[in-house]
Amino acid sequence: MGKKSVIPFGPQHPVLPEPIHLDLVVEDERIVEAIPNIGFIHRGLEGLAPDRDFQKYLYVVERTCGICSFGHGLGYVESIEGIMNVEVPERAKYLRVVWAEMARMTSHLMWLGFTADAFGFESLFYEAWRIREKVLDLMEMTTGGRLIYSVLKVGGVLKDITPDMQKKILDDLNEIEKETREMTRTFLDDYSVKTRLVGVGVLTKQQAHDVGACGPMARASGIVCDMRMRGYEAYADLGFEPVVSQDGDSYARCEVRINEIFASIELVRRAFERMPKEGDLAVTVKGNPDGEYFARIEQPRGEAIFYSEGHGKPALDRFRLRTPTFANLQALCETLKGAEYADVPILILTIDPCISCTER
Amino acid sequence: MSRVMKFAPVILKNLFSKPVTRQYPAVPIQYPEGDRGHIEIQIDRCISCGMCVRSCPTGTLSVDRMKGTWTINRFDCVQCGYCVLKCPVKCLSIVPGYQVPEREKTAQTYQKSPEVLKAEAEKRAKQAALAKEMAAKKAAALKAKKEAEAAAAAGKAAEAAPAPAEN
Repeated sequence: MGKKSVIPFGPQHPVLPEPIHLDLVVEDERIVEAIPNIGFIHRGLEGLAPDRDFQKYLYVVERTCGICSFGHGLGYVESIEGIMNVEVPERAKYLRVVWAEMARMTSHLMWLGFTADAFGFESLFYEAWRIREKVLDLMEMTTGGRLIYSVLKVGGVLKDITPDMQKKILDDLNEIEKETREMTRTFLDDYSVKTRLVGVGVLTKQQAHDVGACGPMARASGIVCDMRMRGYEAYADLGFEPVVSQDGDSYARCEVRINEIFASIELVRRAFERMPKEGDLAVTVKGNPDGEYFARIEQPRGEAIFYSEGHGKPALDRFRLRTPTFANLQALCETLKGAEYADVPILILTIDPCISCTER
Repeated sequence: MSRVMKFAPVILKNLFSKPVTRQYPAVPIQYPEGDRGHIEIQIDRCISCGMCVRSCPTGTLSVDRMKGTWTINRFDCVQCGYCVLKCPVKCLSIVPGYQVPEREKTAQTYQKSPEVLKAEAEKRAKQAALAKEMAAKKAAALKAKKEAEAAAAAGKAAEAAPAPAEN
């Protein structure tokens, strides 16, 4: 038995895209325990809800995080529409799905890049980001923004995807799919990459269930939980099936995210096929929210829960956001136990941490 | 079955293909149509109603009706486009091209042209005169009504009073 010591990890660390602090209790080279410490970038976004009217607050919620921006906006408008019993036009539902899935692709491609960076494969990192850039260009063409889209409104969407744009998106998606397939072969088959991922940070199905993991983290451990199965927006009509893997190690988490990119591409294609050719983009919403509602949606990182409460005034009385990374931090501490110190960066990245969301 | 050098074909392809990056700023960027870059105003069409000021989530806009100015602090603007949605005369628009960096956060003020300001002042004066006239008319009508009422009341009182004794 070696001597126990505590090594602080973060908030400033080359591998971390965002600040999180972990106290790692180490015995020799193995982690015995990990104690997370968050709160470095708390901005108090939930506290801004009572100061603004509910339409205006959407633009604040969207800016909770630059990567999950569309997911945050979608969850918020869902919660308000739930309170006010607003029925969104069919075409708007499909458009929301298209943007949500493209946002998922950008997020997963970004994560693949960061992971390649964490195990020291720089050229693979740039390859992933090069492909991501193409998806960002499509988002910029359709929404006007690269990361913060601002196309949602309570009752529908603000912009349309014209047939010309649809054609361009479908053409580009073919190319993106081909390039992603080529690139992900390295993630899934390469010997040196596998030595860094296979069997590292195993989270069993039982552990994932006990700590309440969500999103790709839970699905990589064999738990079939995906909020899209709930069938919100147009997912019910698109024949959505969750991507699940059984091993629970870093390789399985990588595999789940890679397969989700392809699943997203397929969903976008199906959405364009089944989308009504014409129709309203939004309905007029009158009055103020009076009541409370929980909306649960699947963001790239997992299940996010939005709680809105209003009492007939223009501003909400309370808004609460539970983000997927907050749930997955417990799973991270679980996977870190017994891990090698050299694997800590890759394990932190496999939960796909989004600290901006977590600390709101 | 894992293999080594899986990435080699991608590297080879990248070695013999053109760079994906652009030689910025020598090659300028092409923004897509509908890109949300910055807010522009056609100031002479603005009616200074203040809807944009009330709709802005960051509170970066201000309007002075008397001076005919519209002010924006571009560094506080988040390009959400809500003011463009709310503008009743659609004089605001969101156009491609991002805010260039500066050393200080400075507000940018747009001033209406003197002709528009003069026309607006004349319109305001006309409206004020009209309002004054209407108010005067209303006051006169009210006064006449009050007088008529008073006269009627006096007549009634005279009738109701007992007739004076003859002797």
